[in-house]
Amino acid sequence: MMPMNARITKIVDETPSTKTFFLDLTLDSKPGQFVMVWIRGVDEIPMSLSCPNAITVQRVGDATSALFKLKIGDSIGVRGPIGNGFTLSGKSILLIGGGVGAAPLAPLAEAARDEKIKVKTLLGAKIGDELLFVKRFRGAGEIQTATDDGSKGHKGPVTELVAELNLQDYDQIYSCGPEKMMHKVLNAAKNANMTPKTQLSLQRYIKCGMGICGTCCIDPSGLRVCVDGPVFSGDILVDSEFGRYARDASGRKMKL
Amino acid sequence: MDLTIDLSGLKLKNPTILAAGILGTSAASLRRMAQHGAGAVVTKSIGALPRKGHPGPVLVKTEHGFLNAMGLPNPSYREFVRELETVKGDVPVIASIFGSNAKEFEEVALGLSKARPDAFELNLSCPHAKGYGATLGTDPLKVKEITKSVKSVVDVPVWVKLPPLANIAEVGLAAQEGGADAAVAINTIPAMGIDIESGRPILGNKVGGLSGAAIKPVALRCVYELCATLSIDVIGVGGIFTWKDAVEFIMAGASAIEIGSAVHDDINVFRNISKGIAQFLEKRQCTLDDIRGVAQK
Repeated sequence: MMPMNARITKIVDETPSTKTFFLDLTLDSKPGQFVMVWIRGVDEIPMSLSCPNAITVQRVGDATSALFKLKIGDSIGVRGPIGNGFTLSGKSILLIGGGVGAAPLAPLAEAARDEKIKVKTLLGAKIGDELLFVKRFRGAGEIQTATDDGSKGHKGPVTELVAELNLQDYDQIYSCGPEKMMHKVLNAAKNANMTPKTQLSLQRYIKCGMGICGTCCIDPSGLRVCVDGPVFSGDILVDSEFGRYARDASGRKMKL
Repeated sequence: MDLTIDLSGLKLKNPTILAAGILGTSAASLRRMAQHGAGAVVTKSIGALPRKGHPGPVLVKTEHGFLNAMGLPNPSYREFVRELETVKGDVPVIASIFGSNAKEFEEVALGLSKARPDAFELNLSCPHAKGYGATLGTDPLKVKEITKSVKSVVDVPVWVKLPPLANIAEVGLAAQEGGADAAVAINTIPAMGIDIESGRPILGNKVGGLSGAAIKPVALRCVYELCATLSIDVIGVGGIFTWKDAVEFIMAGASAIEIGSAVHDDINVFRNISKGIAQFLEKRQCTLDDIRGVAQK
C-alpha cells in the first residue's frame, strides 16, 4: 500500500528516552502488529503500535532522532498495520517486557483484561525512570518491576523474576524486549516445557514490510519477520538464529 | 505431466524460477522458495562491497504495481560466499551479480565461484543504482565486454539480465556474442510516484522501478523480439502472476520464466503456475516444446 498521511495530535514523554506520538489515524490493528513510519526526507522504519492510534518510539538513530524533532500538527507517512500480532489465549497469562519492548505488550495486557484474562507483567529497564507503561500494566493486572540499578523493584535483570515463577502456572507467555532478554525467557520456557505456549516479538532489519525483499528472513526457517512475524511461537525460535545473530541493512550477519 | 527443461545446460524440474531481488538474501529463504516449488532460484544481486541500499521507502504498492528502489543492498561476495555454500538443495541456484565494469564483475564472479553456484546471472538492468545495472545494460559494447569477461573466468552457464529497451534484440545479440548462455528479460521499468500530501517523491531514492502486472505486455514484447533474434535460451520475467501469463511467455519463445512480485500475493505461486501449465498441456495433449515459440510462426 501507499503510505497514509497521519498528523501528530499529541506527544507524550513516557520516559527520558521514549515518546508516544498519537496520530489522527486509528488503525484496525491487533496488539503486536506494527507500522512502517515514513519520516519524509529521512527514512522509513518499523514501529510498534502501542495503541491503534499511537506509536511509542525510543530514540536510537537518525530516523528516530528526526521523528523526535516533529511537533504536534506535523505529519508522517504510515503503512500498516503489518504482521501477525499476538494471539490471546488461556485464562491466565504472563507478560515479560524489557525497555521499549513494553510498547506492544501494553495494548495486549489491556485486551486480555477486557476479555477477563488474568494478567501478570514482569517489566524491566536499566533505570527506574525508563520503566515504560507501568500504569497501563497495573491497570490490566499485577506487575513486578526490575531495574539494573535497583532504583525501582528488583535489582537485576527482569529474567531473574522469571526464574522465581513456575511458568506452568500460566496458559501463555508473551515477551518483547532486548533479544538477549527474550532468549533467556525462551530458555526458561523450554525448561518448563512451555515453548509452544510462548510468543516472542522479534526485531529485525525490516525494509519493504511486504514480505518481498527478504531482508528480515530468519535462519533456518527462512520465515519473514515482517509478514510471517513479528510474533513467533517459541518452538519456531528454538535452535534458530534467535539469540545468536541478526542481519544488518546490507545482509551481513551481526553477532548479538 | 513432465515439465522438466534443459535450460542453458541446467536441468530444471519445472520452468518457474525465483527472480533476483526477491527473498534471496539468505540461504534459508532461497531454500524455502525451492520448497515452495520453484524450479530454480536466483539470489539477490551481489557486488564487490557491502551496500546498505537506498533510504526508505524502498518499496510501495501502487494500484499499477510495485515501485521499488532497494539500491542493491548486499553483504558483498566475501560475506555472501558462505551463505551461498549452504543453499545447496535439489534445485539449481543462480548467483546474481553486479559491478561497475568488467573487472568488478570478474572479481565478484570469481569470489562466488568457490561456493559452486549452478550459473551466474549478470545484473545489467537495475534501473536505479547509478553506475551499475541498466547504466551498463543499455550499451551493447559494454554488455558484450562484461559477458565475455565473466565467461572467461567461470565454467558454469552465464545468463544476462537485460533492461526493457526499444532495441533489446540488439543488446541481446551483444550478450550472445559475448558468450552468454541465456538472456533474461526484463528488469523493472524506470518509474516513480509522488506523495501529494508533501509533494515529495514517494521512494527514498526518488525514482525506482515498476514491477507487477502492468509491465507484462512490455516484458512479453521484449521476450518475443529476443526469441526471434537469438539462438540462446531466453528467460521471460515481468508481471507473471498466473499460469496463463507463463504460457504467453513460452508461446513467445521463452524457455523458462522468472517470478518476483507475484510472490507477495502467493508464496505458492511457483507450484500453482506449474500445475496450471501441466493441466493446459494435458488438455491439449502436447508438451512444453510443442507450444514454445508458436507465436513466432
